[in-house]
Amino acid sequence: MKKSRIRVLVAKPGLDGHDRGAKVIARALRDAGMEVIYTGLRQTPEQIVETAIQEDVNVIGLSILSGAHMYLFPRIIDLLNERGINDILIIAGGIIPVEDIAELKKMGVREIFTPGTDTKRIVEFIEKNVS
Amino acid sequence: MSLSKQILQGDSRAVAKLITMVEDDFQSAQRFLEELHPYCGKAIVVGITGPPGSGKSTVTDQLAKYLRRKEKKVGIIAIDPSSPFTGGAILGDRIRMQDLATDKDVFIRSVGSRGHLGGLSRSTQAVVKIMDAMGKDFIFIETVGVGQSEIDIIKVSDIVLLIVMPGMGDDIQVIKAGIMEIGDIFVVNKADRDGTDRLIAEIEMMLHLEKKVKSWEKPILKTIGTQNIGFDSLWMEIEKCFHHLEASGEMIQRRKNRTRKEIYDLLQESWREMFFDLIGEDHLEKEVEKVSRQDDDPYHATERLISIFKENLFKRGE
Repeated sequence: MKKSRIRVLVAKPGLDGHDRGAKVIARALRDAGMEVIYTGLRQTPEQIVETAIQEDVNVIGLSILSGAHMYLFPRIIDLLNERGINDILIIAGGIIPVEDIAELKKMGVREIFTPGTDTKRIVEFIEKNVS
Repeated sequence: MSLSKQILQGDSRAVAKLITMVEDDFQSAQRFLEELHPYCGKAIVVGITGPPGSGKSTVTDQLAKYLRRKEKKVGIIAIDPSSPFTGGAILGDRIRMQDLATDKDVFIRSVGSRGHLGGLSRSTQAVVKIMDAMGKDFIFIETVGVGQSEIDIIKVSDIVLLIVMPGMGDDIQVIKAGIMEIGDIFVVNKADRDGTDRLIAEIEMMLHLEKKVKSWEKPILKTIGTQNIGFDSLWMEIEKCFHHLEASGEMIQRRKNRTRKEIYDLLQESWREMFFDLIGEDHLEKEVEKVSRQDDDPYHATERLISIFKENLFKRGE
């Protein structure tokens, strides 16, 4: 009764129309016993942040293939900061060039999982980093 | 400021946190629910149920938008099934409600059923209460996709909509006994599809056979969720139904039943905890062992556990 379940928002910011990867991740997290809120394609940063608040998630997983991550991720992080939220773990995946990774991490994206990552690694990372 | 005060002022973060607490650790949440209780009872609770794929989320989305145009505040509890094996869940009802996400006067919470049967989650009633206290005028509860017996929704709602769709094989299979009886209003969604008229005819026939216990004649409405067609008339029927239930005294009865269920559930929960606390897990496991080995039957095992319970209860009383 007193065990808390990890809740994860899997979100697809921006305009790309492919969510196969996001769905694979959602499924893997579900199989690891997490509650995954999936909101579908083409989410604005505002939608993502508001959903994360209402759903009281521990983790936001951002999946992006369009290349707009350097624009959209900081916007999401700014919005979270504006609302005074600092207890949500932010991770990302998709097509993200290596040279952007360091900068994204500096902004507050805790880990970036590029194509080919074993889903087990993602599960472990979440379990280890959600307090 | 206290959590309850924040909730009464409509702070969505505070609401979200308390819902999590209710789901994970009801006992800690209880004192906040006590504080909120006096402010509850104003919202109208609409249950939305029906088989998987009938369009519950889309109908909920359209009704919420309709109410927003009338400047009503809306809460939505969207329940999806949890895996019985891992306890995990994919909660995807928000996919159909994207436009509502940034509306400050709409609060949506996705909930996993977490092993609770009946189409709801164990904490649904408490979540309704929290949204009621935060000032929502209308609260929608969207059940998991139901089959033939998940009818808990009537125990927590003022009004229940049963959403069905044409073309699901033998149409009447999806609305057998139980499910068929709980709808105050029938909604045939996806009404642009073949088989709509036949489905309506079959529902009508069934309703004629149903014994009329109340004077409310259950209406059947057509909607096309994805095109926003039919929702003005649907809402008019919902209002009509609500007024009818109020005038006939049925609403008071329903709310009383809801209170009864709430107390009953709480009793059962504390009773169960007290019970297992007093018999101890060792005794229980020992009996499981014994019966599994065919050394005894479960009926005697239960009797022995109850005597242990009674014994320990008296001991504790002394």
